[in-house]
Amino acid sequence: MSAVRLPKISLFQLQTEWFGNVRNDLLAGMVVALALIPEAIAFSIIAGVDPQVGLYAAFCIAIVTAIVGGRPGMISAATGAMALLMVGLVKDYGLQYLLAATLLTGVLQILAGVFKLGTLLRFVSRSVMTGFINALAILIFLAQLPEFAGAGWQMYIMVGLGLAIIYLFPRLTKTVPSPLVCIIVLTALSMLLGLDLRTVGDMGELPNAFPVFLLPDIPLNLETLIIIFPYSLMLAVVGLLESLMTAVIVDDLTDTPSQKNRECAGQGIANIVAGCFGGMAGCAMIGQSVINIKSGGRGRLSSFSAGCFLIFLILVLGDWVQEIPMAALVAVMIMVSIGTFSWASLKNLRTYPKSSNLVMLTTVVVVVFTHNLAQGVFVGVLMASLIFAYKISRLLAVKSELLQVDGNTERVYRVYGQVFFASADTFMAFFDFKEVVERVRIDLTAAHFWDISAVAALDKAVLKFRREGTEVELVGLNEASATIIDALAIYNKPDALERMSDH
Amino acid sequence: MKKILVCIDDSVYAQAVCDAAAWVSQRTGAAVVLLHVFTPPPKRASRDLSGAIGLGAKSELLEQLTELDENHGRVEQRKGKLMLTHAEQQLRAAGVQNIEVLHRRGSLVEVIGELEVQMDLIIMGKRGEHADFDTLHLGANLERVARAVHKPLLVTARTFQPIRQFLIAFDGSPSASKALEYIASHSLLQNLKCHVLMVGHINAQVRNTLTKAANTLEQAGIGVHTALKVGPRDEVIADYVAAKEMDLIVMGAYGHSRMRQLIIGSTTTAVIRSCHVPLLLFR
Repeated sequence: MSAVRLPKISLFQLQTEWFGNVRNDLLAGMVVALALIPEAIAFSIIAGVDPQVGLYAAFCIAIVTAIVGGRPGMISAATGAMALLMVGLVKDYGLQYLLAATLLTGVLQILAGVFKLGTLLRFVSRSVMTGFINALAILIFLAQLPEFAGAGWQMYIMVGLGLAIIYLFPRLTKTVPSPLVCIIVLTALSMLLGLDLRTVGDMGELPNAFPVFLLPDIPLNLETLIIIFPYSLMLAVVGLLESLMTAVIVDDLTDTPSQKNRECAGQGIANIVAGCFGGMAGCAMIGQSVINIKSGGRGRLSSFSAGCFLIFLILVLGDWVQEIPMAALVAVMIMVSIGTFSWASLKNLRTYPKSSNLVMLTTVVVVVFTHNLAQGVFVGVLMASLIFAYKISRLLAVKSELLQVDGNTERVYRVYGQVFFASADTFMAFFDFKEVVERVRIDLTAAHFWDISAVAALDKAVLKFRREGTEVELVGLNEASATIIDALAIYNKPDALERMSDH
Repeated sequence: MKKILVCIDDSVYAQAVCDAAAWVSQRTGAAVVLLHVFTPPPKRASRDLSGAIGLGAKSELLEQLTELDENHGRVEQRKGKLMLTHAEQQLRAAGVQNIEVLHRRGSLVEVIGELEVQMDLIIMGKRGEHADFDTLHLGANLERVARAVHKPLLVTARTFQPIRQFLIAFDGSPSASKALEYIASHSLLQNLKCHVLMVGHINAQVRNTLTKAANTLEQAGIGVHTALKVGPRDEVIADYVAAKEMDLIVMGAYGHSRMRQLIIGSTTTAVIRSCHVPLLLFR
């Protein structure tokens, strides 16, 4: 009975996810598609491949994630974060290896979805996420700078004009996407005045047909795998990180939940499809998703229609797209980088704790120097964890008192708080081994021993006392060490907290 | 019967739903759980198609969207509270003692799904506040709820008259048999005149099924009048209800899949549309 009922409810859900917001989704999809074209071209250029590769990727990924993704309303396509990671692979081995790496990335991401690694995102702290987003914005911006190299004053003026149009045109009307106006005006200007500016056509081949299914032309052997695997792993990790962070942003904006693990697998499927149709690996895009939500897009149809509009525009207007000056693209990309940057994080620098700021800034600095978001996140997470461990390690206190029992002096140490690798040394330092007493009682009832370091420290303390000829008695060791056991049986029970504080 | 779930909203059906609840509660002594569910509307779009994102775009957008929802939510909250208070007063005036009021946010189907375990009967109107009064359109929620619930569902028409005689539209299906058992074993429809109508080919097998059904009811002490007719189900049922002045139709609901319904239509939907009396549906 219930087995029959489930698909019916999901049928309704499917209907609302796809057709709950048709008009706005289509409009937003169009706005997004217009902004996706310059981005996809720009990211192809960053990666060192023809614009066609990024555009095919954007088309495939936007459509596939619309169907199988876990976050309706989120836009995925070819992205800067991913493009930056593939530069080396493209330079050394060429496009076919990139396509193969894209396929492998997809497989890894599907595995991440199957093994529910999406939940690991909770170990990435807020500060690291903010650092990631800011670093991404800075990278997108930095990637535009080479376009200025060797270009004349015309380039600067055109980019300035483009930015002015993008930010000032909405004051006139908000019914026309201003990046589109920017592209049209700059293209017209450059063609009319015959300016000597590089155009999109100079950057490589543009698509003139729908993408066709074609497996990458590479030797299928271990050597190939060894070449592409490190790239695929990085791509998979960064792709999932950015996708899941974007999903969180869209969740917040729309006040609706998303399926994180489904999104992981969805990104994987999208990358496999992209790789099979001559596209580069991609992931969710923070800037485009914000544009989509801002334009009213909420459902799966928004991403789907964005993909469709994109390929339609490219195929129909291909000849005109060739004429777009790079200055217009650079202006749009600068807008995306500004919009991606978390402005609030700068204001928060003053009010947030120093440790959080340090984690955020370290993440940014590492990414900007390595051009690799995965390394930045790794360092950030490591740092945040160490800081957390340090903070918890300070939750330790030992009270001691001297008693006279049956004519013998007895020293009682009462340990309160958390003993683990980071606080083991502090724990040891509380004991006075120089004092001459007959007996020492260590009361651990209110302490928690978290790991083997804590037990080793205690062993050492007991040994030291024994060597002084002092008799040692341990109280409450069993309760204190209950936390070491890996099968965390008691922590799942509702009264776990009370139980823990009991001992 | 211990508890009935009474779903009200801002439509004209709320009155009939309350009257029905009072009637059921008086007959069975059941406690009433008054429920209003506020379903947040699909997010309205800002008219900003500029596609430009500047500094602080995310936080600005979040602030803007939150404000929209906040204002709407506050109005809806006040409206729902008024509605519930009014309904509660009505029920108290009608002599219902035991009333619990629930104000929830979410989709009606989900909320009913969470609550139905503790309920013995669910009452709701044919249409909700967003449906128009074109008799051809049913409330979007009704069918979804009817398909999802496991407890009997009483669907009221625009007004509610105390029930004197009722019709069981019987087709021998498992859900119809469930309806039969329910009536035989519960006090809700005891001592009322009962008609059992079967629509189908007139042959020995069908006759036999009908006689068996009548016997089940008679053993439970319910006087039964049986009828066997030929024709399109929904029309025959509607004609019978009009001719014999039935006050309530009891039937199994939505026995077939949505796919089949798309192609050949649903008897349940047709009956709900064409009859202006309440229905007691069983799945």
